[in-house]
Amino acid sequence: MNREYYGKLVFELSRPGRRGYKLPSNHLEGNVEQLPKDLLRQEAPELPEVDELTLVRHYTNMSNNNFGVDTGFYPLGSCTMKYNPKINDEMATLRSMAGLHPKQPVATTQGALEAYYILQRSLSEIGGMAEFTLNPYAGAQGELTGLMVIRAYHESRGDSKRVKVIVPDSAHGTNPASAAVAGLKVVEVKSLPDGTVDVEALRPLLDDTVAAVMMTNPNTVGIFEYNIPEIAKIVHEAGALMYYDGANLNPMLGKARPGDMGFDVMHINLHKTFSTPHGGGGPGAGPVGVRAGLEKFLPNPRVVRQDDGSYKLVYDKDSLGQVSCFLGNFAVELRALSYILSLGAEGLMLAGSLATLNANYIKEALRDLYLLPIDRVCKHEFVFDGLIDKSTGVTTLNIAKRLLDHGFHAPTIYFPLLFHESLMIEPTETESRETLDEFIAVMRDIAREAKDTPEIVKEAPHNTPIRKPDDTQAALNPVVTYKDLKA
Amino acid sequence: MTHRYFPHTEADIQEMLARCGMKALDELYSDVPEELKLKRPYQLPEEKSEKEVRDFFDALGRKNRTLTCFAGAGYYDHYAPAVIPSLLSRSEFLTAYTPYQPEISQGTLQYIFEYQSMMTQLTGLDVSNASMYDGTTATAEAMLMTVAAARKRNRVLVSATLNPDVRYVVMTYAHYHGVKVDTIAEDNGVTDLKDLEAKLAEGDVAGVILAQPNFYGIVEDFTGVADMIHKAKALMVINAVAADLAVLRTPGEWGADIACGDAQSLGMPLCYGGPYLGYMCTTKALIRKMPGRIVGATTDAEGRRVFVLTLQAREQHIRRDKATSNICSNQGLMALYATIYMGLMGNAGLRDVANQGYAGAHWLAKELEATGKMKLTFPDRPFLNEMVMTTSFPAKALIDEAIEHGILAGVRIADDRLLIAVTEMQTRAQLEKYVEIVKSLKA
Amino acid sequence: MIYYSPTHEYVRVDGNIGYIGISDYAQHALGNVVYVDMPEQGDDITAGEDFGAVESVKAASDLIAPVSGAVIEANELLIDNPGLINKDALANWIIKVELTDPSELEGLMDEAAYKAFCEKEAH
Repeated sequence: MNREYYGKLVFELSRPGRRGYKLPSNHLEGNVEQLPKDLLRQEAPELPEVDELTLVRHYTNMSNNNFGVDTGFYPLGSCTMKYNPKINDEMATLRSMAGLHPKQPVATTQGALEAYYILQRSLSEIGGMAEFTLNPYAGAQGELTGLMVIRAYHESRGDSKRVKVIVPDSAHGTNPASAAVAGLKVVEVKSLPDGTVDVEALRPLLDDTVAAVMMTNPNTVGIFEYNIPEIAKIVHEAGALMYYDGANLNPMLGKARPGDMGFDVMHINLHKTFSTPHGGGGPGAGPVGVRAGLEKFLPNPRVVRQDDGSYKLVYDKDSLGQVSCFLGNFAVELRALSYILSLGAEGLMLAGSLATLNANYIKEALRDLYLLPIDRVCKHEFVFDGLIDKSTGVTTLNIAKRLLDHGFHAPTIYFPLLFHESLMIEPTETESRETLDEFIAVMRDIAREAKDTPEIVKEAPHNTPIRKPDDTQAALNPVVTYKDLKA
Repeated sequence: MTHRYFPHTEADIQEMLARCGMKALDELYSDVPEELKLKRPYQLPEEKSEKEVRDFFDALGRKNRTLTCFAGAGYYDHYAPAVIPSLLSRSEFLTAYTPYQPEISQGTLQYIFEYQSMMTQLTGLDVSNASMYDGTTATAEAMLMTVAAARKRNRVLVSATLNPDVRYVVMTYAHYHGVKVDTIAEDNGVTDLKDLEAKLAEGDVAGVILAQPNFYGIVEDFTGVADMIHKAKALMVINAVAADLAVLRTPGEWGADIACGDAQSLGMPLCYGGPYLGYMCTTKALIRKMPGRIVGATTDAEGRRVFVLTLQAREQHIRRDKATSNICSNQGLMALYATIYMGLMGNAGLRDVANQGYAGAHWLAKELEATGKMKLTFPDRPFLNEMVMTTSFPAKALIDEAIEHGILAGVRIADDRLLIAVTEMQTRAQLEKYVEIVKSLKA
Repeated sequence: MIYYSPTHEYVRVDGNIGYIGISDYAQHALGNVVYVDMPEQGDDITAGEDFGAVESVKAASDLIAPVSGAVIEANELLIDNPGLINKDALANWIIKVELTDPSELEGLMDEAAYKAFCEKEAH
């Protein structure tokens, strides 16, 4: 990584009179100064003026201060940081797809609609659902959309009492946040010591004010909710629907389908299970699937295949409405389709098992040094509650930062909230045994260091481009633009 | 049973299973009730080679037609410099996770800081978030933000001149969140300010959402509007086409509290609807009410200027159901796209783009009127690079005929109305071709 | 007289005026306070319901009203200097309210009871 170029901003490379572009010309007269003065900017924006090479070096050097899946191992729980195959990127940027305007007549976009449709059908097969919409832009928006489907369903039956959604106390923070945006009140149900939902605690919560129960399966501690048939039964008996948060779908590939578990509505994070790159935070995609009978509530527009094999867009009056400008992050969808085609049925069937194997392999190799609060076969991920030996004063945060020194990304830390020192590890199926062995060795080293030379761990990281940024200063006195910096 | 993306050999699998005290992969799923297990293979095609994947997508691509694009309606065909895809494909950017570990994420954090700096320059406001999904959802989030900021008021006014896609998404969010949305009437192509005043007087208004340029491409005059809205203690939101703000009076200059919208116009591919880039900027006073992540500058242990995610206590992973939004990501890579585009173009480049669009659109409007077959629907209203024209033939006839010549003539918004946009992308010859096609149609 | 709630807010009572803030134990648990979200003068608060939040860098804690009342004043010093809460949580109250139902105080803990409560919670 490059220390020298860290921190220099593109604004600081700017020199008046430099330029990095040349436009084509239509050789026509006229310019914006002909608009009424009052409608024009009073003051020009301060944007950089740089030549092309200066700019290319700037961002290339910046990228060297970043860590990606292609750089190294990401044992990041609940994030499914698997390899992002290169062919997918190429398929997403073909001019024949990327050049289409969302408002052009469907007669000229049949290939794009077909791609959408094939992916929609593929996800339906994998999820055990009747139909998927690909329109939501991200997992969080998928959740929101799914909850809207559920509300639209209850509304259609004239049932307006259902204003609550039940989530386990181990849920991702996004679940309650999505529920709140969807106008639903959140009720938490507690988990048993083995990390699964307490059915007896759930039972009394289920009345006619509950719209849905929202769960991940496997849950956020990586444990399969083995009581799911009973949960689905009592939830349905209470007139509520079952929502599946697909954040943890990966280990279920080829093994069991949310639809068969009794879920009515689900979302999938294409950037997790279907390997589209995270892009430093986006764009992702959060397709939403529904069981038969709920299709008409899906957001507009829907892509429908007609008897003659052509595709059309349908705007349904029963739909919950529109949640995106058109058909979602289309280029992300193309990547996922390319991935599904590349893996094929057999590859997809195998992916879940290998992800689960990798997680259990790490868990078994470290459990003598790290505290395993839930001792069961895990799925794609598992949680340690810090080191077994708490006397060293070394925390989960210290361990995470020490891993950075060894070229690994940190695991997810301090989540789930069930434990004080949560350290959540998810290796995914694309990591080799050698990588896992190296990671295990480093984790064991850190445990040893915690005992012998705890200061080394507590002072970590040591080898990263920057060290221990002052978060308090950042929050107390927000400096969020170049203008703030200069002030 | 191996695959090119899976490194496991048969021996690896057996040895790893043995370490877990197991013999077969199936034992890893012993806790899954038998009746839930999938007992058949997925009904999906078999594994394809890269060559076959390519052939598959090429075949799909041949069923599409890429056209010379005179369509806009919020999404514009601009030139994307080669530098951008090249830098975006650097996998240190592309395959990185959210920058929660600042020590190994300075690349991502720094470009977001640059992005925020540039967006505040464009919008004339103090602060920007790290970006959002797209313009429709960013506007819906702005709507929710006005309601949260106003506490007890629960009604939002939306101009009828706002892009319908944006309006629909705002209404979806509002419906489920329990916010009342009223539409401000339209007066000859622009927001009816008398109607706005009347609706504000009815009370309970948390925010007002206006558009610039509006859906018809018209540049609206908001003189006095901010005062009117603020007097009613509501917040003023302007949904603006990002690239146009390089030349148009900014939301900040109009006195708006929030600017939001789509930044696709900053050279991003049309991509059949996404990914695009939602942006949101606001004033210092409202920073903690703003949804989405924010990057701030600070110093590290060695005194260096560094960047971190800040004000995270507003966000879903900490605040759960009390968060400002459920958004957990930004549009990371697209924010990098916009940053590099603005870096390359600078103020002068963005002005040139606007000028070319202006010149092309005004030339085309004049020539089309000269055919006697089309006229500007709102002839007295100023526009930048997009305009509505009334046709003396069915608008669909023009669209269909133009496609025969490889041209997307615009977006049909009524049987006899076409929304037409011009950018730097259409050559003089293509503009002339457009006029010829219109001449050939029967009135 | 000072009273504490199980969610670690205190109310210091002077006649029918109450000064509400977070306890020293709470500020300690939260770490450096970077922002206090406060109601405005004239707002009503209801016992048991949240009226704002205190934020540190990586956590946020809802403020739950120990008593009901009308907000007379919000402590504006905390806007620019939220860290005052860490310096002296009892001196730096967050809101000043006029109590609507002083009998609500009976349901709260006195200093000794709260001290015992915190010791129990720490284990």
